[in-house]
Amino acid sequence: MKPAAFDYLAADSLDAAAAALSRAGGDGKVLAGGQSLMPMLNFRLVRPSILIDINRIPGLAYIEATDNAVRVGALTRHHAIETSPVVKAHLPVLTAAMQHVAHLAIRNRGTIGGSLSHADPAAELPMMALLLDARIAIQSYGGRRTEQARDFFVGSLATSLGEDEIVTDVEFPRLAPGTGWAFEEVARRSGDFALAAVGVTISVRDGKADQVRIGMMGVGETPLRAPQAEALLSGRTVDGALLDEAVASVRSVVEPNSDLHASGEYRRHLVGVLARRAIETAWRRAIGDLQ
Amino acid sequence: MSAGKTIRVTVNSVIYERTVEPRLLLSDFLRQELALTGTHVGCEHGVCGACTIIVNGDSVRACLMLAVQADGATVETVEGLGSIHKLNPLQKAFQEQHALQCGFCTPGMLMTVTDLLRKYPLATDEDIREGLSGNLCRCTGYEHIVRAVRTLVRQTEGTP
Repeated sequence: MKPAAFDYLAADSLDAAAAALSRAGGDGKVLAGGQSLMPMLNFRLVRPSILIDINRIPGLAYIEATDNAVRVGALTRHHAIETSPVVKAHLPVLTAAMQHVAHLAIRNRGTIGGSLSHADPAAELPMMALLLDARIAIQSYGGRRTEQARDFFVGSLATSLGEDEIVTDVEFPRLAPGTGWAFEEVARRSGDFALAAVGVTISVRDGKADQVRIGMMGVGETPLRAPQAEALLSGRTVDGALLDEAVASVRSVVEPNSDLHASGEYRRHLVGVLARRAIETAWRRAIGDLQ
Repeated sequence: MSAGKTIRVTVNSVIYERTVEPRLLLSDFLRQELALTGTHVGCEHGVCGACTIIVNGDSVRACLMLAVQADGATVETVEGLGSIHKLNPLQKAFQEQHALQCGFCTPGMLMTVTDLLRKYPLATDEDIREGLSGNLCRCTGYEHIVRAVRTLVRQTEGTP
């Protein structure tokens, strides 16, 4: 329950961190909020030769609205996102999801860059990045690149990040004013990892559902979208029969695992229940039936 | 072995300077290097909440931070809240409402509530329970803990 020995570098710039990571040749780990990495170190599930602490790098924690997006620095803590008026104004579904992220002491430390890089399939931020078509900016010693969230998550606790790459910021396109949204989650205990959760955004055009997005988590190796159900809803008026179709579609595309906390079948059932609630709530918000 | 780092940490208004191994957890630093054993160590992976302390104004799990990360930081632990002879209002509320049995979870509960009270209104029992959901009490004495916090919130509301 104590970490194995490692060298420690408190990096003072992204360049220094990337250089150290490159030098470590795959044997280094980036320490951001530490809320996933520290338990893994304590259990000795990971034994890096060097830990590169990015907490002292200035200018990595910010939330700013641009013309059409909200940019969030990698070192921004969960509590800052949870309480940000900018996020609430432009991405209210993200504010709602943040209410489900762990407990205050974890939210005070945990970071968005860390959560995305760790890529837990039952964590809220990776799913929100996927739902909201976020663009993830990445730096290595050699240069910079960006990747869409849909290409970033490749498996359980696995991303497309190279061993010498660090997430630097995340850009969420703003939701258009009037977009309906909802986030529904079930966990055993408030703040625990979700058994399943669903996030939805819907616009309305000529009285019909438009630009429907459905994100799911806890029901696969990565956070998932439900493109078939999204297509099913688009261009139609949401009613009970259509909700039934959408729920059946969502349940048919997931293959949840069984574990100590819930069976795969229970999770499949649950994701349908949550999808129904979320789609209905998002639709009602979109048509102005619900604030 | 990795080289020791010299750190300077202010804990409960006292400045300490120590040389520590990078892998030393902040919880172990407080207990073993500074003999501040009020911070309890339960699960050592961030689940139980017993080691919750306040670093630079935010509650954190001391088992999920390295001592070297606290270099230059201001730390508050349960020892800073009050003393046996002069309990602070939160400790007093815990005493009066019998909000502890074995006492193992109590330091983490107290430090969590200290931060919660600074950040949230805790207007309802649901808010209090939600706020405390990351702290386990194996005596399952939650009812009295919630009552202690509720009593304190109401008292504080009564005073200007």
